[in-house]
Amino acid sequence: MNTNITIAGVTFKNPVTTASGTFGSGMEYSDFVDLSRLGAVTTKGVSNVPWPGNPTPRIAETYGGMLNAIGLQNPGMDVFIQRDIPFLRKYDTKIIVNVVGKTITDYCEVVERLSDCDVDMLEINISCPNVKEGGIAFGQDPKCVEDITGELKKRAKQPIIMKLSPNVTDIAEMARAAQAAGADAISLINTITGMKIDIHRRSFALANKTGGLSGPAIRPIAVRMVYQAAQAVKLPIIGMGGISCAEDALEFIMAGASMVAVGTANFINPAATVQVIDGIEAYMRQYGVDDIKDLIGCVK
Amino acid sequence: MPFALKKKAIIVENTSLSEDIYSIWLEEREIALSAKPGQFLSLFCNDASRLLPRPISICEIDKAKGRIRLVFRLAGQGTKEFARLKPADTIEVMGPLGNGFLPEGKKALLIGGGIGIPPLLELAKQLDCEKQIVLGYRDKTFLNEEFLPYGAVYVSTEDGSSGTRGNVIDAIREHKLEAEIIYACGPTPMLRGIKAYAKEQGMSAQLSLEERMACGVGACLACVCKSRDTDHHTNVKNKRICKDGPVFYADTIEL
Repeated sequence: MNTNITIAGVTFKNPVTTASGTFGSGMEYSDFVDLSRLGAVTTKGVSNVPWPGNPTPRIAETYGGMLNAIGLQNPGMDVFIQRDIPFLRKYDTKIIVNVVGKTITDYCEVVERLSDCDVDMLEINISCPNVKEGGIAFGQDPKCVEDITGELKKRAKQPIIMKLSPNVTDIAEMARAAQAAGADAISLINTITGMKIDIHRRSFALANKTGGLSGPAIRPIAVRMVYQAAQAVKLPIIGMGGISCAEDALEFIMAGASMVAVGTANFINPAATVQVIDGIEAYMRQYGVDDIKDLIGCVK
Repeated sequence: MPFALKKKAIIVENTSLSEDIYSIWLEEREIALSAKPGQFLSLFCNDASRLLPRPISICEIDKAKGRIRLVFRLAGQGTKEFARLKPADTIEVMGPLGNGFLPEGKKALLIGGGIGIPPLLELAKQLDCEKQIVLGYRDKTFLNEEFLPYGAVYVSTEDGSSGTRGNVIDAIREHKLEAEIIYACGPTPMLRGIKAYAKEQGMSAQLSLEERMACGVGACLACVCKSRDTDHHTNVKNKRICKDGPVFYADTIEL
């Protein structure tokens, strides 16, 4: 039985990684999870300089989901490179580094710096507000998706995954823009912008007012978008959005994802990633599937 | 801790201390054996629509029987679910999490406010020094009598129905309480007042903070507080309450 999957020349032992921002760089979860079992660890977003993030409260629970507005707090690329990459390299897993920025120049700086580092792939979070274009997210404008993808492809030595925002009218258009500019893969979905109001305090539940909705509540939207993207482009897709068990993961794979990422479920069940891997293998045994690739996009 | 995960704990007892305060004894030997005062447990709901664990501080530890006591206030649907648990029911828990209080053996003031009072009970039991215990409430008191065996207990209520009318600082001033160190847990405005009071008196203070949490293990960065110094982990002036705290020395954090 083969669960190996190769994307842009990088071979993963299984199709399961972590969704950026839900797993740090794996350190906190290494007490609970054998990181060497994972196909890859996708790190929390890294910026050129340290980002302090948003005021608290940064999270709020919603029915079957949660909102977060952490504000991409991260220690910046210097500390990340010095501390987190050597930590992850101790494990037999691939490293996907998520990259964030406020301007295209910010992203370029991180990507250039990482180009000489021992990491396997870069995932570009384009749901950040583009401060030079009035704060609309990079991933909400196809021209902008194309521009940033093109600029980063010129500089990156590792394959790049463009992580698409679901806060758009037509996800296929964004997938095509990433493909046209030379992206090696796409990942989707990032969180869906939401809001919660505390009726007792008559205030917003999050200090930031809005936050990204994640968790099981968003899964059907994510599966639909992965399917639409898979129909629109030939790029490999990393699917995510509310995956908490193998059954969820298999929906994404059948909709067209080559890999999947487990996110919010890590908070609820630190063993979720490993259970998803075990569950996919159990499914393959049960249905006599010899190669995971036979399941990718099998639902037309 | 090789791959320690969520554990199933058995409810031994569940009683209400007032209309919105509940006291649960649960049995989970491993947790009880390693728990320290000031640490907390993540409690998971059985209703899957409520995803996130509820962080609840440890009120008492019974290592002999392998049990932990949690005292919590009804805050929403999750804690309402816990309030309905009956003996022999099970609940999924993770912990003990965070760093507890650091006993210093100096003459101590233990200060609790509202639902910040419970974690001080186990601390009061374990601290081997002269103790004065100051408990602040809005109106109705709870747990205060259980502190009596461990030190002199002073109560403040906002409505003046018991003890000093006002807050915990008012009670401390009224009784002219003196100590070398403060251990405190309670709402942020109270902790802010205690931080200022400790500075004014030249005392050190260990404060237990509260914030909404998701992972409870330091990965998601939801529950941060502002810190005096750049934090080694995050490289910005933020500390993680769940992992670096929840107890901090007052002079190391901004409130």
